[in-house]
Amino acid sequence: MKKILISNGHIIDPANKIDQVGSVYIAEGKILAVNEHISDFTPDLSIDAKDNIVCPGFIDLSVRLRDPGQSYKGTILSETTAAASAGVTSLCLPPDTSPVIDTQAVTELIADKAEKASYPQVYPIGALTHQLAGVELSSMFALKQAGCIAVSNATVPLTSLLVLRRAMEYASSHDLLVMYHPDIPSLSKNGCVHEGVFSTRYGLPAIPEASESIAVAQCLELAELTGCRLHFSQISSRRSAIKIQQAKKYGLKVSADVAIHQLHLTEDDIEPFNSSFHVLPPFRSKKDQKSLRENLANGAIDIICSDHQPHDIDAKLGAFPETEPGISSLETLLPLTLRLIEDNAITLNQGIAALTQNPAKTLGINSGALSLGFSADICIFDPNLSWTVNQDNWKSAGHNTPYWGQSLKGRVTHTLQAGSIIYTL
Amino acid sequence: MKNLQLTTEGKLKHFLSIDGLSKEILTEILDTAESFSSMSEKQVKKVPLLRGKTIVNLFFENSTRTRTTFELAATRLSADVLSMNIATSSTSKGESLLDTIRNLEAMHVDMFVVRHAISGAGHFIAQNTAPHISVINAGDGQHAHPTQAMLDMFTIRQHKHDFSPLKVAIIGDILHSRVARSQIQALNTLGTQEIRVIAPKTLLPSHVESLGVTAFNSIEEGLEDVDVIIMLRLQKERMTSALLPTEREYFKCFGLTEERLKFAKINAIVMHPGPINRGVEIASSIADGPQSVILQQVSNGIIIRMAIMSLTLQNNGEAV
Repeated sequence: MKKILISNGHIIDPANKIDQVGSVYIAEGKILAVNEHISDFTPDLSIDAKDNIVCPGFIDLSVRLRDPGQSYKGTILSETTAAASAGVTSLCLPPDTSPVIDTQAVTELIADKAEKASYPQVYPIGALTHQLAGVELSSMFALKQAGCIAVSNATVPLTSLLVLRRAMEYASSHDLLVMYHPDIPSLSKNGCVHEGVFSTRYGLPAIPEASESIAVAQCLELAELTGCRLHFSQISSRRSAIKIQQAKKYGLKVSADVAIHQLHLTEDDIEPFNSSFHVLPPFRSKKDQKSLRENLANGAIDIICSDHQPHDIDAKLGAFPETEPGISSLETLLPLTLRLIEDNAITLNQGIAALTQNPAKTLGINSGALSLGFSADICIFDPNLSWTVNQDNWKSAGHNTPYWGQSLKGRVTHTLQAGSIIYTL
Repeated sequence: MKNLQLTTEGKLKHFLSIDGLSKEILTEILDTAESFSSMSEKQVKKVPLLRGKTIVNLFFENSTRTRTTFELAATRLSADVLSMNIATSSTSKGESLLDTIRNLEAMHVDMFVVRHAISGAGHFIAQNTAPHISVINAGDGQHAHPTQAMLDMFTIRQHKHDFSPLKVAIIGDILHSRVARSQIQALNTLGTQEIRVIAPKTLLPSHVESLGVTAFNSIEEGLEDVDVIIMLRLQKERMTSALLPTEREYFKCFGLTEERLKFAKINAIVMHPGPINRGVEIASSIADGPQSVILQQVSNGIIIRMAIMSLTLQNNGEAV
């Protein structure tokens, strides 16, 4: 295997507390050395990363590949290509594919397809309940054996607390992480925007903040009762963040992520009836956004994810409430994270940790760091390079983003997965 | 952001919502309607303003009254009218809506009048239709019913002349009411001194005061000294979805009775977009009483719609 030398780059590796200009040596697909000179190293390939940042490849906890089942929206190939171009070297695939990831066979099918694509590492997330129906437990042990890294009920909330309790107990018996999308369906029913000023003005079915924070409170109680490792997926509200912060102080093993667009857009930014802004959880108030940013900075929220959901044109062509929710967001992950740093919401180290070290810790994988012997999963990016979100610069099959046509700053120049270059600008 | 309803010159092209329209445009609509008002009493009730134009009423939601007034308005402007009642279901998606529009477009129509159960349906059609076609929103979900709001403004102006000193109370199911949203926007744009909404909390939107109104949970307090009382129709399904206990209790708390009417100014007018539920939101004696202007609202509905249809088609690049 090739020997690669990345030199002159500004290395940021929060897990190893590295933040300086230096070199990364790669051999046999693994990290050989960082910032120490290795004599008699003759690289097959040298990358000059001058003025660029070199960091561990990003680990994205929520990426819809739409494959199997909805290949008209995206395929494993198209979406992992988009992921590679976004600096993502590992991604988690939620179980709401078609068929649902609730059997060994589906898990293996996805693993097989992903391996053929030879792009970022795809970690399937198994279904928490059979068919995500919230009634019977899935065969979690078999799913784990087949390669599922965690279990989740995707965006389908469980209506029975008893089933949720049993699922947490059973998952925890197999040391499986439970990822949960907090929502009380009887409160959020049919909603498509945040219950606030926007829903009041435009008469759209609304989702109150409490439909999320009540679910967070219930889950925290059950996590304590069952001892399960719990991760909250895509929280959006101030009260949820505060509850998670308190639980962490109290010593519960919980973590949480937030979708990158939630940290930038609020209900005030929604262009009336423009379906690119239709996303769940919905864009909330300025106050919620401020709190999400603060809780990301203080560590109550650990992780930033893309919550990538590519759609075909027809899915977004209709009256707002009838369109499908979701944003194609892999490729805006890095530039929007950098924008948080520009806004002084977090530091660059915190931003990179939220994309690398922290998700690796939640998943319990040896990744997200430039540690010696780790797989050489690396992202190199130019933080000052501006680009326009348009057809020419976009890889995902889904063009559904509120940022379409806008200029963003920060672009990946190289992505390495296990020492192989899977993307260059 | 560019207002979808206006031409590049700032003239009304579609009529989808009161939101974003200026006082000048609203006044122009009221003045144009006034110019039609003498016509209704004449023996020949037609003007040739829209001769040769084809107007399609697309009603995805049933409505007899609104559809009839739109038909009459179009006929009195000498346009050809086609009314389509399209049964809708929760499964019908944007694609089929779009297909319906595309098919009618191919028949060279000039205007769509649309009523739909989903908020934003009118905007969606206006965005996706051929540029020479004007779209008028005849009610979309819980979002807007701007022609109803304008006929109400016309009726208020007939009786009160000037909006600036007025106190107006809107009573009933504000949360689900597209009529109330449009009325509030119109009243605010026309410079009304004070707008109040009166309802139990279950029937008020979460951030109702952001609309520029004061909220009251007591009808007596809310009616104190008002010039205009607008009642809203209470839908029966509110009782089955745990928003209200019974019709009887609603009438007890929020029904407009003779007693309560005394809290308002002595010359206050009473309005209702219809159809009324006697004994649920309003006592019969008031609906039929001297302060009621409910039937005038219905007649005004025709001339307001004539005004809006002729203005939008005139402004849409087609010499009339």
